[in-house]
Amino acid sequence: MTNLILARTQMAYSLGFHMIFAALGVGMPLLMLLAEGLWLKTRQERYLKLAKTWAKATGVLFAIGAVSGTALSFEMGLLWPRFMAFAGATIGPAFALEGFAFFLEAIFLGLYLYGWERLSPLAHWLCGGVVAIAGAASSALVVASNGWMQNPIGADLLRTNPAAMDVVGVLFRNPAWPIMTVHSTISTYAATGFAVAGIYAWGALRGRTDALRLTALKLALAVGVLAALVMPVTGDASAKAVAVRQPSKLAAMESQFATERRAPLRIGGIPDVANRKVYLSVEIPGGLSWLSFGDRNAEVKGLEAIPRADWPNVPVTHIAFQVMVAAGTVMPVVAFWYFWLLVKRGRESALRPWPLRALLVTAPLGFVALEAGWVVTEVGRQPWMIYQVMRTADAVTPAAGLPWAFAAFLTLYALLGTVLVLLLNRLRHASEGGT
Amino acid sequence: MQLWYGLDPVMAIGAAMLLAITAYAVLGGADFGGGIWDLLATGPRASLQRQAIARAMGPVWEANHVWLIFVLVILFTAFPVAFGALSIALFGLFHAALAGIVLRGAAFVFRANTAADSAGWRTWASVFGAASIITPFLLGTALGAVSSGGIRLAGGATVGSLAAGVSVNPAQAWFSPVSLGIGALTLALMAYLAAVFLTVETEGAVQEDFRVRALGAGVAVALLAAALLPLTANLSPLLWQHLSRPQSAPPMLAGALLAAFSAWAVGTRRYKLARGAAVAEVVIVLWGWAFAQWPYLIYPDVTVYQSAAALPTIKFVLDALPFGFALLIPSLWFLFAVFKGHTRV
Repeated sequence: MTNLILARTQMAYSLGFHMIFAALGVGMPLLMLLAEGLWLKTRQERYLKLAKTWAKATGVLFAIGAVSGTALSFEMGLLWPRFMAFAGATIGPAFALEGFAFFLEAIFLGLYLYGWERLSPLAHWLCGGVVAIAGAASSALVVASNGWMQNPIGADLLRTNPAAMDVVGVLFRNPAWPIMTVHSTISTYAATGFAVAGIYAWGALRGRTDALRLTALKLALAVGVLAALVMPVTGDASAKAVAVRQPSKLAAMESQFATERRAPLRIGGIPDVANRKVYLSVEIPGGLSWLSFGDRNAEVKGLEAIPRADWPNVPVTHIAFQVMVAAGTVMPVVAFWYFWLLVKRGRESALRPWPLRALLVTAPLGFVALEAGWVVTEVGRQPWMIYQVMRTADAVTPAAGLPWAFAAFLTLYALLGTVLVLLLNRLRHASEGGT
Repeated sequence: MQLWYGLDPVMAIGAAMLLAITAYAVLGGADFGGGIWDLLATGPRASLQRQAIARAMGPVWEANHVWLIFVLVILFTAFPVAFGALSIALFGLFHAALAGIVLRGAAFVFRANTAADSAGWRTWASVFGAASIITPFLLGTALGAVSSGGIRLAGGATVGSLAAGVSVNPAQAWFSPVSLGIGALTLALMAYLAAVFLTVETEGAVQEDFRVRALGAGVAVALLAAALLPLTANLSPLLWQHLSRPQSAPPMLAGALLAAFSAWAVGTRRYKLARGAAVAEVVIVLWGWAFAQWPYLIYPDVTVYQSAAALPTIKFVLDALPFGFALLIPSLWFLFAVFKGHTRV
């Protein structure tokens, strides 16, 4: 295998692995904060118990997120040295600010996890608040670097006259940043909420249906569904921005081979790149034109208008996009149905097997959508590392040892993931004794 | 050159990076050292020693290791070409160190959530200990490698020369006796720091255990430093040229005196004094290396000035530092005050 394929794959699994923990590192603090807040307000022991169990899980998840994130900051250079040498000065400021936010998160998480006995309840809760805010801020800030890679304003200056660069402007006044960062940060709450609710649904299926667990389920699901409801709105804004700035990505997402007016929205389907056709998709006439430009007759640029060498991988981008949209649709529907059952039919009917199984299905969907959305963003940007400025192939390391690093890190992450799942499983059991 | 509040901005950002390296060496270093003593915990109080280490590290280790991220972010933001070149030249070494960092952090939290002395617990304890030795050793050899002259950039410090221009002579870069010696010295210093820090945070027999360990590590530091000097003279012309200058004598003498003073304070059970002197010793060693290295980032082809990013970037990071640290320093003070103020057993 070539260094390019190895490096892209290593980046993919390293970042894909890290994102799960990074997302939980943003979402879990909000849950534990809510639980502890309810305890402060009501003084009901079950909320405190919940906050403590969630804090324990957060501690482990955050640690894995932190070390895999440290690994990534090295890997950006190890795998893409020429990209970092060229663009480090431009995207670096986003990481510098993120570094401060992450530092605060680490400090206050230490206070939160180990400070139950040493801090007053309110001070402890406020420490948790800093963790939640700093976590969201670090997620929001780091996305600015990716936003620049999608929409690299000022990149020509970087070549010709870097001293004239507007460092803050290219990152934070970049129109790509707010849309991407809101969409991705909110997705972490949706993913966390549905995953946690799913874990309690699984427990309930095994007969663990006490008040503590039902509260946990409702709380997590409420956070998840509120976030999931915002996702289509921010997603729509993202797609409209992509339509203007990255037509090749939009065309790949929708397998739009021809440039046409009244372009249809294709739901599902399998693209056949060689024959420039899509099989088995449901088409809504004018849907893509309307969604992209707010006008059913607007012209959508197709892949045919883009040199073949500059196409992203169409099937991967298309299918990832369909998966993301499907997951994002199913999640709120199931959650609403569940809450409707709970409110209208009561607790007994919400704890019957089928509703709980439905929550089991949606449990991983937030992460599926998050990872799929990331695949759309990054694979859809290919063959560019920096869109229309630097090709991924021109950024890759010439280092000879890549196959070894690739195999070692793949093994390492597989091992860590497995151990972590086993460990969290035991953590759940450990919390059972007390209830 | 444009100045930043009257200072040379490249020198200022270099100094900021050195301060971050120093914070990582002292705070992260004490964590690594804690891992070493965890692995080497022996005698009737082995489990008490391990508990003291875990208690000391638990709340602060995450924060202590963020300093490494700071070092890295400043390096790739302010000196992007040097970061690219190091990423190619030290590809294997950095990957190995990363594996150590990932395994170490994971093992620490995995072990903390596993029943004590079970088979799983022992496995993670060994992984934690081994990674605590390998990682700082590798990072130490990386410092040696950038001074060694074994990493060359054929086309000079430019983005273009990274495609094929980076070459490494491993025997000169990180397998050289000097680099291996610096790695070993790093390890010994961290073991010393950790043992001294732990004497402050323990009492009674466990405190005596760490006192003996501190003295042992102190002897190792002295021996390694004494062995490194002649090796440097023969093998590392850059470092030796600087170390043998007359103006280098006072800091070197100060380093030796501090080491002796710190060891004396440990010996006479003046632990807080010993802790202060141990930190000062690490600072002197690191800064001595940095001054000998100046103005090179990678000797002899990349200087800080050649690889520095354009001024707007450097000024942005420098401007952000006071604001960031206005938030961080009180927070760090609070963290250490809450957990280090009275953690006596």
